[in-house]
Amino acid sequence: MTAASVESGLRGAAERDKLARARMLRGLLPALSLVLVLLAIAWLNPRAISYFGFSLMLNLAIPIALATIAQMFVIAGNELDLSIGTFVGFVGCVTATWLKDAPLIGVLILLGSIGVYALLGALIHLRNLPSIVVTLGMSFVWQGLAILVLPKPGGKAPDWLLSLMAFKPPLIPFPIIAALLIAAVVHFGLMRTSYGVILRGSGGNAAALERAGWSLLRTKIVLFALAGLFGVLSGMALIGITTSADANIGNGYTLLAIAGVILGGGEFVGGRVSPIGAVLGALTLALAASPLLTFMHIPPDWQVAANGAILIIVLAARVLISRRER
Amino acid sequence: MKKMLVLGAFAAMLASGTAFADTSGKKIAFSNNYAGNSWRQAMLDSYGIVTKKAVEDKVVAAADVFTTADKEVPTQAAQVQNLILQGYDAIVINAASPDALNGAIKQACDAGIVVVSFDGIVTEPCAYRVVVDFKDMGKQEVEQMAKFQPKGGNLLEIRGLAGTSIDDAIHAGILEGVAAHPEFKIVGSVTGDWDQTTAQKAVATILPSLPDIVGIVDQGGDGYGAAQAFAAAGKPRPTIIMGNRQDELKWWKEQKDKDGYQTWSASIAPGVSSLAFWVAQQVLDGRTDIPHDLLVPYLAFTQDDFEAALPKIKEGGVATHEYSQEDAIAAIKANIK
Repeated sequence: MTAASVESGLRGAAERDKLARARMLRGLLPALSLVLVLLAIAWLNPRAISYFGFSLMLNLAIPIALATIAQMFVIAGNELDLSIGTFVGFVGCVTATWLKDAPLIGVLILLGSIGVYALLGALIHLRNLPSIVVTLGMSFVWQGLAILVLPKPGGKAPDWLLSLMAFKPPLIPFPIIAALLIAAVVHFGLMRTSYGVILRGSGGNAAALERAGWSLLRTKIVLFALAGLFGVLSGMALIGITTSADANIGNGYTLLAIAGVILGGGEFVGGRVSPIGAVLGALTLALAASPLLTFMHIPPDWQVAANGAILIIVLAARVLISRRER
Repeated sequence: MKKMLVLGAFAAMLASGTAFADTSGKKIAFSNNYAGNSWRQAMLDSYGIVTKKAVEDKVVAAADVFTTADKEVPTQAAQVQNLILQGYDAIVINAASPDALNGAIKQACDAGIVVVSFDGIVTEPCAYRVVVDFKDMGKQEVEQMAKFQPKGGNLLEIRGLAGTSIDDAIHAGILEGVAAHPEFKIVGSVTGDWDQTTAQKAVATILPSLPDIVGIVDQGGDGYGAAQAFAAAGKPRPTIIMGNRQDELKWWKEQKDKDGYQTWSASIAPGVSSLAFWVAQQVLDGRTDIPHDLLVPYLAFTQDDFEAALPKIKEGGVATHEYSQEDAIAAIKANIK
């Protein structure tokens, strides 16, 4: 063993150490930014830090978290879904009309729409189409269908859904329990099961997976179907809170969902995503964009710009930290 | 006359006197979902002018404005929930959707907060709605037309944004007016979306297929575009009902100066936001007799008074009117009947 090799070995260990630290920091960042936003809210409006306050501030974060998880599945497979927002709106319209008046048909429509998502995955894989183009096109299809189902705002959520979303468990507010549940279930499914590894691998190294004998068509179909499933859950949760629907209700979710995934430690390519991070990211975005801004008393002319500025600051902090890994 | 003035002043003093005692510690928030056109800007300006004075006079403790970044329903629902947490006593709202905000509005009511909606109203029964009588406005357009065109003739109708309650109401009023004046006949109908460019294009397209037109009944924001379309086609200028926009009134003045052109103008005043504010203040003041649906008059200009209003309107803006507390009390009284 020469001095040089010892030195390089040492340097390697130091590098590894630095990398591990940066990786840990990246893992902690979503939680850190959420804590930071919560502290700011607590300082601006102590009244909000209460059972009632959390129930109100976070209940609209649940549909955002679900839409973010949907987007996360698509991003895990190196694709991007620009239609998730209008899809959530479409599901909302079906929930407020068919699902209440004719539950069986409603369920069939929603299952069918998940099927459409799965088919989209197959189409994108088989024809090697860019997912951005396909899903952008689909966003207009979903929007059009939503207007067909509900030409004027209205409809009413089914009673069981209303009572579910208004559920008040003792001690811990419902939105927090729901967020924990979503994060735990998806984390287990995607990070801890063997097929979850295959799914992420299809985005990380597709060629290797294919050579090992796994069907990439199947992984893509499964990822898109999961996105559709969580999109449906998001739309239903949203209508359970708002009680009534509007064809444009979900349009803002497309970009929020993408930002939530990235804020939660995901990457656009390489199958690197984190379900827990995505849920935390969605909660952070929901809190930073609305309650924080409202509590800061920014003049109306600047509110719109401030909303965007907060988004950029939060995402920039995330990029700065992940750059240290390289 | 003098006695009446004194009495009026006394009544006003009495009204503001009671308000002073009861609402000086109350905070009113304004939840607005969109600020991106001239009407909305005028609405925010009017609200700012009236509430700034109200806060200075200690009628209310605070009147803050919150505008959402997009026109989205969930964003505004979240905003309403935050306003509940902020401890406001009342929320004045121009809502993104008549139905989809009901969940959040109900939460506000349950927390003991007074909710007053206007322009973009909400259907939740616990909220108050300040609504302009658009149907009467449509009917009045035909009534006025009958004055300028006593012989009657063919009318062209320009509709507003399809699928909105406002378009429905004005259209219904116009039909009612035409039924009462059989000398008029609507021979064509186009969609102008309350926008000069859209209206101009739509009118220019239908114009060659129409018989002679004596008048145009419309919904505001479309009169100037229609005039341009007629001028471009070289057709005789009909009587065009205007909608209080600056470009419309300016064109009217040019025509009047040229040959005494006559017409009439009406629209909803953006300042109705200030009326909603006073309604909220009155409810906070402890009044329990206020109906939840308040019909308020629209803002109209005639041949005699439009020129006085014109210089006060910003270039590209809309004529407005800031409502006072007395206006609100009078409007409430007119609705109780």
